[in-house]
Amino acid sequence: MSTVMDVQAVYTLIDSLKSDGYEVVGPRLRDKALGYVAGTNGSDLPAGLGDDQSPGNYRTRDRGDGALFGFRSSPQSWRRWIFPPNAEVWSARRDNDSFVVDTSAPDSMKVAVIGARACDVAALTIQDKVFLDGQFQDPAYKARRENLLIVAVNCSLDADSNTCFCASMGTGPRVQAGHDIALTEIIEGDKHYFVADAQTDEGSRILEGISGAPAGTDEVAAADSAISNVADSMGRKVDADGLPELMNESYESPRWTVVGERCLSCTSCTMVCPTCFCTNIEDSGDLNGVATRTRSWDSCFTLRHSHIHGGAIRNTNKARYRQWAIHKMGTWQEQFGTSGCVGCGRCITWCPSGIDITEEVTAIREEA
Amino acid sequence: MSEAAAKPTLAVWKFSSCDGCQLSILDLEEELLDIVGAVEIAYFPEMTRAVVKGPYDVSLVEGSVTTPEEAERIAEIRENSKILITLGACAVAGGIQALRNFDGADAHAWVPTVYAHPEYISTLSTSTAISDHIDIQGSVQGCPPNKYHLLELIGSLVWGRTPNLPTHSQCLDCKVKGNVCVLVAHGTPCLGPVTRAGCGSVCPSYHRGCYGCHGPAETPNMDALTTRWRSLGVAEDDIVRGRRMFYAWDPGFVGPGEEHHKQPAAETTRGQGSI
Ligand code: SF4
Ligand code: SF4
Ligand code: SF4
Ligand code: SF4
Repeated sequence: MSTVMDVQAVYTLIDSLKSDGYEVVGPRLRDKALGYVAGTNGSDLPAGLGDDQSPGNYRTRDRGDGALFGFRSSPQSWRRWIFPPNAEVWSARRDNDSFVVDTSAPDSMKVAVIGARACDVAALTIQDKVFLDGQFQDPAYKARRENLLIVAVNCSLDADSNTCFCASMGTGPRVQAGHDIALTEIIEGDKHYFVADAQTDEGSRILEGISGAPAGTDEVAAADSAISNVADSMGRKVDADGLPELMNESYESPRWTVVGERCLSCTSCTMVCPTCFCTNIEDSGDLNGVATRTRSWDSCFTLRHSHIHGGAIRNTNKARYRQWAIHKMGTWQEQFGTSGCVGCGRCITWCPSGIDITEEVTAIREEA
Repeated sequence: MSEAAAKPTLAVWKFSSCDGCQLSILDLEEELLDIVGAVEIAYFPEMTRAVVKGPYDVSLVEGSVTTPEEAERIAEIRENSKILITLGACAVAGGIQALRNFDGADAHAWVPTVYAHPEYISTLSTSTAISDHIDIQGSVQGCPPNKYHLLELIGSLVWGRTPNLPTHSQCLDCKVKGNVCVLVAHGTPCLGPVTRAGCGSVCPSYHRGCYGCHGPAETPNMDALTTRWRSLGVAEDDIVRGRRMFYAWDPGFVGPGEEHHKQPAAETTRGQGSI
């Protein structure tokens, strides 16, 4: 059953998460962008701020309507709270003629993300397949994942979704699974309210403590139609029909040469992507004989990513862009049973060269 | 390394440079005692007057070659060093003083405008990388290098392993740090996409564009970045100035349509870059 909440109730929701011991990660204006930051208070939410995004460009703007969640994809996903960019795996130190290995227990901090979009929640379920579903589980990821609470927000406010294409990838704009609570923000004239739905027991428990009235049919209908409106006006589209096959057969496409000339191999697209999972393992030792193994975010746009005996095998930007795009849109399917792309559009907005994956995929389809 | 074995000897040499690389070693204040515990400082006038005669196990070289005397001296140091590593933009790429290498520049014509007694000045018409003159075993990049990279280098030499020194683009570290991209979100020209990581993304963290002080990343695409700078409205001569800074003479920072200008004076081949 849906509940209707006002703006004040959203602030109360944040306070109650904090008093339940959650570290709240929410949207905030920082460095002229609306990104996710830990330690969120209700007053940090970017009321009335929106954004404009296009390939290689991002600007905030005043919406003039007081919306709390009136912005699109954030500069980076919140994967860093579950899959941190740098983590010590273990360290070892000398002990007379032997050595001692130290491993730290996975941290068990409770994190609540507020404002998560459908694409990002879908991305999390994709990362779950990578880190939890295979032969081996990642204990640190598992510990953080079990302590994660998601207050998702359906995209309902921006008719032109700029660089997003979640509707094409079947992940949004309505959040589907993996969240605890979903909010839909509605602004109609003087009315400003949220339709809230609990998805899990923990979500219900939290919502029970927040004042709200049962949602009427009008309010539920307003939420549904706002979300459909966003779905119908996505800024970008990808024809996902037979996409993995198309990508798998695209190896010789001349398009890779064209895009390879524009690509900087800067790694930004893979760093902002909510599904990328590649890491580099580095061993180092200090002068006192303490050795440390660290795991850090890596990218298929670095040379070391394809370094095997004798050197790197993907030496050109073309080869690396092709690897990235084919993995995202093609081979991921074979590997994990889903697409590697949820259509959040971040790789498009945050590419310093303004390369647009939807344009590349369309060009490859036209050439095929 | 067993306790009883003699400590490896380390020598630090200066060529045409500002001493910043050597100061980065001295900036390792908390680690200096560990360093002198692990290696014998055999020659490092910026740190100590005590000098141990060569040959040396490891030589670290700061600065570029800009005088005939330096061209001879680097050959002697090479003869006296088992491992020779270059430090910093000057040693690796000729430094900012390599602006004299570009077409239209004439170092000999500048001398009287700078020095009261130009007759005492003997200079080459180019500023060249150490690896243009001798073979090297590796380098640590940056103007100046990150002091922890220097510590990592010394540690790796002591333990006989490959140092972990980044070669990827600045953008990776920027994202890891959680910075908002100044190029995309502010329209600020940034050299980060073609610049090697290692400084900790200092400039973008303070809302400035990257100035490229860590040199070119492993596979820089200056043509594509130049296209982007043009679309931000940066004037052509500012684009040229932007890339002709600390690593002006590095082939990785050559702009679209530019040759790598005139060849450096020395005819030896370039070293391999990083170890
Ligand atoms: S590939 Fe691009 S659009 Fe797709 S999920 Fe990753 S960042 Fe988002
Ligand atoms: S290979 Fe590239 S595209 Fe695939 S997960 Fe790794 S970084 Fe992302
Ligand atoms: S596609 Fe864009 S963001 Fe990705 S590596 Fe190339 S230039 Fe960087
Ligand atoms: S600010 Fe510069 S270095 Fe950082 S991500 Fe943007 S382009 Fe790259």
